[in-house]
Amino acid sequence: MATATKQKPEHVRLTDEGKPVTFLEAIREAIWEEMERDERVFLMGEDIGAYGGAFKVTEGMQERFGSLRVLDTPISEIGFTGAAAGAAHMGMRPIVEMQFIDFISCAYDMITNYIATSRYRGSGGVPMVIRGPSGGGVRGGPFHSQNPEMAFFHTPGLKIVYPATAYDAKGLFKAAVRDDDPVLFFEHKWLYRRPQVREVLPAEDYVVPLGKARTHREGSDLTIVTYAAMVHKSLEAAEQLEKEDGLSVEVIDLRTLLPLDEDAILESVRRTNRLLIVHEDTRTGGIAGEIAMRVNEKAFEWLDAPILRVTALDAPVPYSPPLEDYFLPQVEDIVKAARHLAAY
Amino acid sequence: MPRPKQASPAAIPHGLTREQLLEMYRYVRLTRTLEEKLETLFRQSKVVGGLFRSLGQEGESVASAYALRRLTDGTGDVMSPLIRNLGSMLVMGARPEEVLRQYMAKGDSPARGKELNIHFTDYERGFIGQISPLGDLIPVMAGVTLTFKQRGEDRVGMVYIGDGATSTGAFHEGINFAAVQRCPLVVVVESNGWAYTTPTRLQTAARAFVDKAPGYGVASEQVDGNDMLAVYGAARRAVDRARAGEGVTLIEVTTYRRRGHAQHDNQSYVDPAEIERWAATNDPIDRYVATLTGSGWATAEELAAIDAEVDAELEAMIPAAESAPMPEPEETLDDVYAGVRVNAPWTRHTPPDPTKA
Repeated sequence: MATATKQKPEHVRLTDEGKPVTFLEAIREAIWEEMERDERVFLMGEDIGAYGGAFKVTEGMQERFGSLRVLDTPISEIGFTGAAAGAAHMGMRPIVEMQFIDFISCAYDMITNYIATSRYRGSGGVPMVIRGPSGGGVRGGPFHSQNPEMAFFHTPGLKIVYPATAYDAKGLFKAAVRDDDPVLFFEHKWLYRRPQVREVLPAEDYVVPLGKARTHREGSDLTIVTYAAMVHKSLEAAEQLEKEDGLSVEVIDLRTLLPLDEDAILESVRRTNRLLIVHEDTRTGGIAGEIAMRVNEKAFEWLDAPILRVTALDAPVPYSPPLEDYFLPQVEDIVKAARHLAAY
Repeated sequence: MPRPKQASPAAIPHGLTREQLLEMYRYVRLTRTLEEKLETLFRQSKVVGGLFRSLGQEGESVASAYALRRLTDGTGDVMSPLIRNLGSMLVMGARPEEVLRQYMAKGDSPARGKELNIHFTDYERGFIGQISPLGDLIPVMAGVTLTFKQRGEDRVGMVYIGDGATSTGAFHEGINFAAVQRCPLVVVVESNGWAYTTPTRLQTAARAFVDKAPGYGVASEQVDGNDMLAVYGAARRAVDRARAGEGVTLIEVTTYRRRGHAQHDNQSYVDPAEIERWAATNDPIDRYVATLTGSGWATAEELAAIDAEVDAELEAMIPAAESAPMPEPEETLDDVYAGVRVNAPWTRHTPPDPTKA
């Protein structure tokens, strides 16, 4: 393809030059490289073309790949999500952007009724990625801060990815684009430009397989299972617990929620015998409930304490800093919960 | 060969041949007769779910889809039907034996017992099964036809929507998307008077569905849906426009649903005289027969021969469809995801084992 031979613009060749990238830049590179690798890959979304998207993830892509591969759509989440499914039926590999993942609810019917059931109904797999900025902590208020992953977790046929590091974001994104099933890809916006999350990525093409958790920190006293931004808060809590309490805390990052890496959770729990689940999503119906049930079914006799969870509270995401900080799980909450569990 | 009674037949419109006129007749007769056979099978409890008749609408289904380029190698036009477009499906190459198996939920039906009735797909023959949340296929077909445009392919899409589903958000977002992108898409709005039990006047305040088209900036045409040649002409013009890169056309076909929404619906909300009037004076097949014979394009004997042939063909295939195997229960676990089975319930293991959940 002619486009592949052109010099990449500065903002997508940081890895090529051995420079560290942010979480956002890692995703941008992944999209760019997939667009170059496979001409079936194309992008749709609101304001993603000339403007490059609300967060500039797709900056420069329309200029390089043209307006038939980087489409600015009307404000129509049902419309462009459905259109992506139709294009996928015809052999394309669409990536659609929800400007904020909160708006994915507008396309709930198309995703759950049409896309997720397509293979089962005999209409073939729908290889497509739905991606967008998610999560709180940036004073976005009720409609620019949500974690709606569990609204889709209950839908067989979908895959759900929610990475925590730049390395995983890039590798998982490529795996998502190459997967034969529809993947919802959540990008925590608190991580997008966080300097602490910057890292130098491998220069060569790599993928991180879907459905595999990652152990960020090994430990023997207690397991924390978490994902996305809460991985970083959990790691911070684990450091504090080691320093102040001498506790050895294992931190597992799920990376993919669906399919859930149950084996990684069970293996860890069988060693540490204590499980704390941390998620930024609200409490009722959060993934902690599902994980606890699976451990109950499969590793009950290994537990030395009840399974506990630290989550956002059951409310919409509030705007004002004191309210949002109270709403979201904080490092101190994780520390307190871990101490309670360790002392049980 | 028996000759038409008229000494000099009228010119056949729209560039159609006499063979094509007879082929359309065969499809419309096949549609009605197949549904009649299905109704019998339904009464015998062999059709396990609902049965949806298209009585009174078969003509517009057949005639609209007939305007598409119908191939079998995945390079032709693509159509997405509604529940009452059995005729369109047959025109695109769906086989009656497939439809019989679908309705009877057989393991060797196209959807392998996982989906109902005419909700099935074949990309080679160019049809995509609808789903029950109505309107969803408008955005999907916008995307199908967007890809034709992206690849510079000379292909067209046609999607059907009922008067009721024009009220959905999916219809609006889909036709607007297709209009903005100038996708090669034909949207056929079937105005049949009823959305389940809801009359059109409770569905829209618009004078006609065709009036919605200017709001989207798309071409439009309203046509008598029970005049098969008029429907073919309108569809042909829309398909040609789409293929020429001129974008979306909305066609409103006015017709009438003479049966309830499905077999269980006794139409208590309809004046029986209204149904009788449509049946007696405005049946699409009766009108087509009158046109064919009256214009000297076919004889009553020729058409009767087709009727007999269709009936015999269907009768011959029903026993095999009836005796086709049901799916194996464990097939429930397949095709949720590519290449893997989902877990069986732990209580189905011997002995029951919760660690296998």
